[in-house]
Amino acid sequence: MTAPLPPSFSGRLRELTSHRATWPLLALAVILVVDGFVAPGFFTIRIVEGRLFGSLIDILYRAVPTALVALGMAVVIGTKGIDLSVGSIIAVVGATIAWRIQEGDPHFVILLTALGVGLLCGLWNGFLVAVLDIQPIIATLILMVSGRGIGLMINLIYGGTNPSFTSPLLQGLSVGSIGLVPTRLIVFAAVFVALWLLIRRTALGLFVEAVGGNAAAADLAGVRSRLIKYSAYLISGLCAGWAGVILTADTHTSDPVSVALYIELDAILAVVIGGGSLAGGRIYLGMTVLGALVIQTLTTSILMSGLPPEYNLLVKAVVVLFVLLLQSNNARNAVLALVRRRKR
Amino acid sequence: MADTSTPRIELLGVSKSFPGVRALENVELRLNAGEVHALLGENGAGKSTLIKIMTGAVPRDAGEIRLDGRPVQIGTTADARALGISTVYQEVNLIPTMTVTKNLTLERQPRRFGLISWRRARALARQRLKRLNLEIDTEKPLGSYSVAIQQLVAIARALEDDTRVLVLDEPTASLDATETELLFQIVRDLKASGIAIVFITHFLDQVYQIADRISVLRNGRLVGTGPTAELPRLKLISLMLGRELGTVEAHLASHASLASGEPVLAAKGLGRRRTMAPFDLSLRAGEVVGLAGLLGSGRTETAKLLFGAIRPDSGELVLDGKPVPHNSPRQSLRSGVAFCPEDRKAEGLLGELSVRENIMLALQTKRGWLRRLGRDEQKRLAQEMIKALAIATPDAEKPVGQLSGGNQQKVVLARSLASQPKVLILDEPTRGIDVGAHADVVRLIRRLCSEGLALLVASSELDELVAVSDRVAVLRDRRKVGEMAGADITRENIIRTIAGR
Ligand SMILES: Nc1ncnc2c1ncn2[C@@H]1O[C@H](COP(=O)(O)OP(=O)(O)OP(=O)(O)O)[C@@H](O)[C@H]1O
Ligand SMILES: [Mg+2]
Repeated sequence: MTAPLPPSFSGRLRELTSHRATWPLLALAVILVVDGFVAPGFFTIRIVEGRLFGSLIDILYRAVPTALVALGMAVVIGTKGIDLSVGSIIAVVGATIAWRIQEGDPHFVILLTALGVGLLCGLWNGFLVAVLDIQPIIATLILMVSGRGIGLMINLIYGGTNPSFTSPLLQGLSVGSIGLVPTRLIVFAAVFVALWLLIRRTALGLFVEAVGGNAAAADLAGVRSRLIKYSAYLISGLCAGWAGVILTADTHTSDPVSVALYIELDAILAVVIGGGSLAGGRIYLGMTVLGALVIQTLTTSILMSGLPPEYNLLVKAVVVLFVLLLQSNNARNAVLALVRRRKR
Repeated sequence: MADTSTPRIELLGVSKSFPGVRALENVELRLNAGEVHALLGENGAGKSTLIKIMTGAVPRDAGEIRLDGRPVQIGTTADARALGISTVYQEVNLIPTMTVTKNLTLERQPRRFGLISWRRARALARQRLKRLNLEIDTEKPLGSYSVAIQQLVAIARALEDDTRVLVLDEPTASLDATETELLFQIVRDLKASGIAIVFITHFLDQVYQIADRISVLRNGRLVGTGPTAELPRLKLISLMLGRELGTVEAHLASHASLASGEPVLAAKGLGRRRTMAPFDLSLRAGEVVGLAGLLGSGRTETAKLLFGAIRPDSGELVLDGKPVPHNSPRQSLRSGVAFCPEDRKAEGLLGELSVRENIMLALQTKRGWLRRLGRDEQKRLAQEMIKALAIATPDAEKPVGQLSGGNQQKVVLARSLASQPKVLILDEPTRGIDVGAHADVVRLIRRLCSEGLALLVASSELDELVAVSDRVAVLRDRRKVGEMAGADITRENIIRTIAGR
């Protein structure tokens, strides 16, 4: 045995700087502080027409779809996979909702159908990855490319282009509120807790991490890695399905071409900002939500700051790069080494 | 012999800490030109860390390195290579999907008009292998060769024309006797050409065979150094462990077979084409069955067929008197058969996960995903295993990838033990484990056996097999060629059966 070391101040500091929550939280704080200066009244939360109102609430509200998709993505990435098709799943779900409403189905049946479609998409991805052994990036690319087209075809069934609809149930879930709080936040919290229980209070999380860490070893330890991979894509499909319900009800219309464009990239970024690695083997659900918040805060701030929207993506890229650099051990050590060399 | 006035390379006052661990403290190491220097110590003593500092793979906290008397800066592995320090690390880090040629020329491809010339690359690869008298098809992917060949390829890659210091971290852990002899021949040649060689191993026989001098580390400190002749075996072991080893040998020699009753697990004509010819083998409770044979003789395949990790295409497997129709690792675990794989890196470890999670995994799959082990239960289990196998780790939450090689091996072993099996299949269970721990593992095997466990131990170490087995099955060319029991189990007998005489 080697002698354990007593914790020192610099040891504590190193522990803090390498804790995975530190940098994303710091980034979030910095963006918020900047916002506070740029936009007076940024932090005020008022009650308007019986519901909470203010920039912070708005950020939470808008972050929900990305955060949902990112949760599913976190599980898939945990298995060393990736799901590029989430945006397309949302498009297909949206088109299905508009179509069934046109057909006059009961709305709670439509809700279930929508989630079922999400699940079906996950089933397809899972089949390609877990059964046919196609590399995840290629396997999910297939649905990513075809999904929006499928959405347009569904629209054609009833000849409608971007038909507008109303549904008290779906819109209640999306833009309504229970008491002061927007419903979608409450539902999101429920989804989060359910997923957390599924991942951390059963052994599913451990198995996912085992498969992502070393599939051969996991198999020999008795994990059914195909089944585990399969379930990850199912979870991702379901999360995307729910995001599809929220986004479609919000816009009152099915718009397969542009709904949730690039959401897969935001979701992947959220997972990575949250400390997940594309090499797989770890799931951090809470941190992923934090990552989604960082991204949404950033997006909202850029819009509020009055910068031309063309800058949006660029600024986002720079900030994300910065957070990732802070998290990277190599980058941190390189900077530290530079500083030390200066001192000598 | 070598000129001892200025050492070829000197490490002075080297210290290194990892979070929570002081891996090295004020360590000194002197290597002379043209000597083989054995670096010994328990698992986690700091051997790999020390040589990684010498080769620039790990930055040191304090200390100095001198090459031929001049202080040198070694900040990166490239620095070390430029100074003529070549290394083969404990964990082979070649790329199995690439061809042997590509692996051998990865760092410096021969170019022609700015493009890689594969013709010259192939020639270069062949030339490098020739130095080791190795003749293999350089266009096949490296992964298609045995671990032993891969190890030799790694050495071929490390050697440069200007190599002055060669570091070998447990190069023989996966080699059989013939291959080890081949390697030693190469080492002697290199030594004669004036290269200083560091040799890390847990096989003490090999130390006495090849080393000129020995340095011993314990708990990150240098506790002894001197010519091999002045360090007899017992003294060496007590230096490494900081205590006497006790009378393991005597204890082992006197064991009587505890086997009783019907076989727990029996294979009847079990086999798979091109993998393993059909064989019969039975394991009874309280019995240790050894599996002997050269590398590639089918030891691992036999073990995996019994565990269900390889699907048989003939014969049947009978567990507790009932035939098992479709076997899989998961089903085996559920019915009480556990397996500890040979290649810990490829098939055993989940490097990112903690020691605790690695240990509990098999027990958890046995229980199923819904019945998760409680956190306290997990901790207790991990703590128990850490203690039983003396796993050197500051705590159970450390990622297992950060443990020393031997301790990683113990974690994989602990996983199979923790699943509470009644049949345990161990494939090379003691690879890379130090002498003290080796004795502990052997003792543990005997104890489990006396508690009614049935054990199958596949090993390339004949002495280990002779020491623990009640029966030994001998394999040659992927077929079972003999079985011996009781007093017939001797080294000579096994070797004779392997040779087919
Ligand atoms: N990257 C790392 N991060 C944290 N701790 C480490 C790291 N590498 C090594 N250690 C710790 O340093 C100590 C020395 O490890 P080292 O690998 O040098 O042992 P070793 O003597 O080579 O053992 P073995 O015979 O098992 O290979 C161990 O306690 C190990 O856990
Ligand atoms: Mg080592």
